[in-house]
Amino acid sequence: MSDATQSYDNLAPSTAAKFRQRTLPILIFVAVILAIPMTDPSRTVLTLIHQMAINIVFALAYNMLLGKGGMLSFGHAVYFGLGGYFCLHVMNWIEEGSGIWAGYPTFFLPVLGFVAGGICAAVIGSFSCRRSGTTFAMISLGVAELVFSGAFMFDSLFGGEQGINGDRMNGPEVFGLSMGPMSDIYWFMAFWTVLAIVGMYAFTRTPLGRLSEATRDNPQRVEFIGYNPTRVRWLVFTASGAFAGLAGGMSAVNYEIFTPEALSLIPSGFVLIMAYVGGITYFAGPIMGAIVLTYMSSMLSDFTEAWLLYLGLMFVAIVMYAPRGIAGIVFGFWDGVRGADSGAFVKKWLAQLAGCVLMLLGLIVLIEVSVRWSNGWGEVFEPYGMHFPTNSVLTWIAILVPLAAGAAILRYVSREKEEMPA
Amino acid sequence: MTAPALSLKNLCKSFGPARIINDVSLDIAKGERHAIIGPNGAGKSTLFNLISGLYTPTSGTVSLNGTLISGVPPFEINRMGLSRSFQVSNIFANMTVRENVRCGVLHSLGQGYSFWKSVTASKEVQEKTYAVLEHCSLLDKANTPAALLPYADQRALEIAITIAGGADVILLDEPTAGMSHSETDRAVELIRKSTEGKTLVIVEHDMGVIFDLADRISVLVYGEIIASAPPSEIRGDPKVREAYLGDEALPEETA
Repeated sequence: MSDATQSYDNLAPSTAAKFRQRTLPILIFVAVILAIPMTDPSRTVLTLIHQMAINIVFALAYNMLLGKGGMLSFGHAVYFGLGGYFCLHVMNWIEEGSGIWAGYPTFFLPVLGFVAGGICAAVIGSFSCRRSGTTFAMISLGVAELVFSGAFMFDSLFGGEQGINGDRMNGPEVFGLSMGPMSDIYWFMAFWTVLAIVGMYAFTRTPLGRLSEATRDNPQRVEFIGYNPTRVRWLVFTASGAFAGLAGGMSAVNYEIFTPEALSLIPSGFVLIMAYVGGITYFAGPIMGAIVLTYMSSMLSDFTEAWLLYLGLMFVAIVMYAPRGIAGIVFGFWDGVRGADSGAFVKKWLAQLAGCVLMLLGLIVLIEVSVRWSNGWGEVFEPYGMHFPTNSVLTWIAILVPLAAGAAILRYVSREKEEMPA
Repeated sequence: MTAPALSLKNLCKSFGPARIINDVSLDIAKGERHAIIGPNGAGKSTLFNLISGLYTPTSGTVSLNGTLISGVPPFEINRMGLSRSFQVSNIFANMTVRENVRCGVLHSLGQGYSFWKSVTASKEVQEKTYAVLEHCSLLDKANTPAALLPYADQRALEIAITIAGGADVILLDEPTAGMSHSETDRAVELIRKSTEGKTLVIVEHDMGVIFDLADRISVLVYGEIIASAPPSEIRGDPKVREAYLGDEALPEETA
């Protein structure tokens, strides 16, 4: 059969293609991680990067369910939170030097988050995964509410409203990291993020990872090739919960505190938005989504108090006009530029970009003026020395003209597309 | 005496008050190519769904090689060596042809639900996938996404997934529906080749295909088998002619 094997190798992607698609992106990612400390980042930047790292792992874990498994969960923060809570308890046991935990290095806490998240997901998934689709989504919502309200009842486990604090600087050092300064935490984050990304990517290449996609596409057919779709969903759910717990462990070490809010519907919704905005059909999508949304949620709030509104608008816009997310836009642009008619593509793309930017400008003025009007403090929106009071005609021109012009351009471009032969 | 490959005993299936399958008993011997024909709505697909485990019988039993399988979930029936195709192409649309076939191969080669090794790690899986692709003449389309395949190739892929697990009882539900003459000829050739030495149960509307392929034909009308015999006898059976001609001649009156 060696003959068949050789011919089979011709069917599989070439080594060069594999390198380009799999190894190279990871190498670039690692290079970026190694390069960041050389720029001597400020504390603010490091804080942001650490939050991004946590969100990257969490969003990728979530996408194991949503993108690869076709399971929409409204309560994935439960596994993130329970994993994180367990790590904080262990952190305190390390400090107290109780039992076997005294010698446990804080650096490896995410392993315990992984285990705790996985066990919780396995238990909860054992009943929630018996259903798929809308029913599964509703069960996940119910479980999230249940765990969240339960957290306020069991104070010794969840610490009530104040949550549970810890101190990461106890226990033995590994890799010469005392885990105290931000720069030590940076390497901790880098290590676990890369490991989790590689792990989750590898998962997509295993028989179970493939079956998860098969079950998403066609659960009935899966039954007739000898697999139980419920079992596939449960295993994927457990794996996804475990990686969410790992992200929770990273968060526990980073913030040294967990409150029941971490189990609530807000982070559950945020991870859904991160994954979706990034693009659930691509492995790299949630990574991009986590980076962009973490940046927006922490930096945008410095510029405008209406940042949540922008986040919501972006989510709606992506769902309606770019369902493949940021990754879809990025990879689509890349394919188009390398395609046969790249000149026309770039021209169209630039026109669309111009349309979007114009509409965005109009929207920004509208939102900022409205927010100030609604506050009622008489504050006026004055970007770059301009003056936009509510009662000026000029303000409304600045809102309506760019909106109309942007909409007209977008409409013109999409009409042009329809006229082109497919 | 060895048990028949497939044995249906007094099989009934009702949906509410509607009795779709009524007291069907049928033995299909190992290695037999058995066709089930009948007018539209006779219950052929329901019968397939009962045998393959998608539906549970209201009463009666189904046995595979002497083992009772009625009430057993489909994936376990599949592991016991029964595989089926579907009337409407039921493939993994977002995967390539190669990945589709590979999914069909996995369980039979003991890959289980493993998540600790790459799907490409097992040489056996790769070789089997290659062999099935070659067998079904899908090699040149191996890396095409299944959703982009032409219709006839989708049907071939449907058969490829069905036989990939190496089951020895194969159920094919209208494998040539909607195909042109030349495509049908190729499909029949593929079916003949794929079910060599295996037990085949086929539902088909194309009488040419049926009389060409089948060792024995059962005629299902309103949920009951009115005749079960070799093709030569079925052709001359007055009951069959009546059931079919009545159906074809008076299409408006079928209620």
